[in-house]
Amino acid sequence: MEEVNQPEAPVINIQDLHKSFGSLHVLRGVDLRVEKGENVVVLGRSGTGKSVLIKIIAGLLKQDRGDCLVLGQEVSTLNQKELRDLRMKIGFSFQNSALYDSMTVRENLEFPLVRNVANLTRAEINEQVETVLDAVGLLQTINQVPSELSGGQRKRIGIARTLILQPEIMLYDEPTAGLDPITCLEINELINEVKEKYHTSSIIITHDLTCARATGDKIAMLLDGQFLKQGTFEEVFNTEEERIKSFYDYNFIQ
Amino acid sequence: MSAKKREHVYTRRLDSAFLAVYNGYVFFLRFFREVFKGRMEFQEIVKQCYAIGNKSLLLIGMTGFITGMVFTKQSRPSLAEFGAVSWLPSLVAIAIVRALAALVTALISAGKIGSSIGAELGSMRVTEQIDAMEVSAVNPFKFLVVTRVLASTIAIPILMFYCTAVSLLGAFLNVTLNEGTSFIAFFESAFEQITFLDIFTSLAKSIAYGFTIGIVGCYQGYNASKGTEGVGKAANSAVVISMFLIFIEEVIIVQVSNYFRI
Repeated sequence: MEEVNQPEAPVINIQDLHKSFGSLHVLRGVDLRVEKGENVVVLGRSGTGKSVLIKIIAGLLKQDRGDCLVLGQEVSTLNQKELRDLRMKIGFSFQNSALYDSMTVRENLEFPLVRNVANLTRAEINEQVETVLDAVGLLQTINQVPSELSGGQRKRIGIARTLILQPEIMLYDEPTAGLDPITCLEINELINEVKEKYHTSSIIITHDLTCARATGDKIAMLLDGQFLKQGTFEEVFNTEEERIKSFYDYNFIQ
Repeated sequence: MSAKKREHVYTRRLDSAFLAVYNGYVFFLRFFREVFKGRMEFQEIVKQCYAIGNKSLLLIGMTGFITGMVFTKQSRPSLAEFGAVSWLPSLVAIAIVRALAALVTALISAGKIGSSIGAELGSMRVTEQIDAMEVSAVNPFKFLVVTRVLASTIAIPILMFYCTAVSLLGAFLNVTLNEGTSFIAFFESAFEQITFLDIFTSLAKSIAYGFTIGIVGCYQGYNASKGTEGVGKAANSAVVISMFLIFIEEVIIVQVSNYFRI
């Protein structure tokens, strides 16, 4: 169905993934492949385990059962050093941006860079910080603190902070949540620009269909802890499946 | 046999108390594992030392000054009954150096620094800033916990010495206003009875208190959950638990130092 001529191994390969929190069975046998250079949008209602899925990919949570291979490595079995090396190749953009409140934008961006890349001169650090800030169009905010930024700006800075380590994989958790429609469009454009410019493969978690249509090469519809359907936007939503249709209609009416 | 699975070993409350002690112990061991591992965040330690010292300087100064003055005033009538007012500087100095300064500094710091560390790390936890550090391949424990615990362990003994000096000044002011004793005579008399063991014990106490305030504040904040309610709870627990532990440590250290004194 979703077979594309891809001789390379998938960047992310998830098979039969299960995760529970107490008696709440959130993920019930999830399968997902992300090919190199592909943007996969995971759609679903709130509380269906979308964020849990990318937190397992980033090694922030451990699955109860199943495989989660990222760049060929099983995340749950990595030791601290291996996990650290893998995380340098993963960028994670949080729903609430998760910028460090006590630091300026410059310090936020420098923070992962100076701790992961050895022997950088001050000039090199400045150059890299300015490059990624320029890429997200917010060079003028370099000396501001997060509390002085708007929601959209915070999202952009959050993305810039992940880009500073030049990741191979980007994980976006609700990138357009809580933003006005115009800022949403700008964020969608930015996600596509990041893909073009940094050659990333991405998983975008959202319940916003506009974002899904604009950014996704592939859509995966998560319902009741399993992927109900995967394919292009048209393939997924051209269906008689009642739950998918109601999700589409609800978004559309909204 | 009931088909319903038993959810606790003893009672739910007892289970969570044991679990909290175990988790605290694991956190404590992790601190010692991480402190010598990887790159040391010296800049952050200095920044935290400055923040802790600067935040508490005025409050500890004022509290220490008042403690010294009031303690002197309250002790005078009892000594006057035996015609021993001349012993006042020695008595006050012993009380301040052996017990009051370290305890006052620790209790004020537990309230001010412990709650601030608990709230800061708690809000970083619930706003996913700690997760953001982790996925940026940075060790948040090393950057946030190790630095704060070391900073409070370094800063609180310094604050204790400052509190001792200010308390003695308060005592001197009271004595000089009532008995007209000179500055030199007061301090000569005050330090007559103070031994190296007194100062060493006081230093050991304040190091233990500083470490306790730092580690308890960090533990509560680092493990905060349940949104803003969790942040408030972390700050509150940081103060209550560290004050409780400070009194336990006080009892233990006094017993040990008395053993050496004899």
